[in-house]
Amino acid sequence: MAIEVRIPTILRTYTDGAKQVEGTGSTLGELLADLDRKHGGLRDRLVDDGGLRRFVNVYLNDEDVRFLAGLDTPVKDGDTVTVLPAVAGGATVS
Amino acid sequence: MLILSKDLYDKIVAHARADHPDEACGVLAGPAGSDRPERFIPMTNAARSPTFYEFDSTEQFGVWQEMDDRDEEPVVIYHSHTATEAYPSRTDISYANEPGAHYVLVSTRDPHDSEVRSYRILDGQVSEEPVTVVE
Repeated sequence: MAIEVRIPTILRTYTDGAKQVEGTGSTLGELLADLDRKHGGLRDRLVDDGGLRRFVNVYLNDEDVRFLAGLDTPVKDGDTVTVLPAVAGGATVS
Repeated sequence: MLILSKDLYDKIVAHARADHPDEACGVLAGPAGSDRPERFIPMTNAARSPTFYEFDSTEQFGVWQEMDDRDEEPVVIYHSHTATEAYPSRTDISYANEPGAHYVLVSTRDPHDSEVRSYRILDGQVSEEPVTVVE
């Protein structure tokens, strides 16, 4: 058993086109580090120095990990982690 | 080219008008690979702002799961600009993360005339496409 991670279209260049990949770890942060060993560069698209990137949503099962413990959220075999790019924009010129 | 039914077109404009002066946003889902928008899904603008929109992340998860279950994809992602033209801003371009989607913008700055335009946004490049409304 492992943790299943669902990858959005925009990031499948890092997974050879795979919609889902598997990894291990006891926290989300460890899981992302494990994934990065197999899919180099993926972690950087999700995480920066301050933690999870602002416009990436990561869900543990059906809960946004921002409402859990972010990268410290515990994960276990059989869990599903889903990555979705946030949908955002607007007239602001930032 | 984006082909939109009159019904979906009217629903997008009505949503944009209803939320004015805040930006409105949502999705038109369609069968995966069809490029045919069929299902109107208005979304909450979690930013509730006249210059910014952001899908509520929990609501987005539910909608994306549902599309997955129905073998659909987000064919159109729409939002409104309430004081400027219906053209992607720098913010829109930098956050455009659905390479397969048509990005539809509605401008509600003129109270009587709604401008509706559609774009592909890929790797920071914007290309406008014609919108054809069919009965």
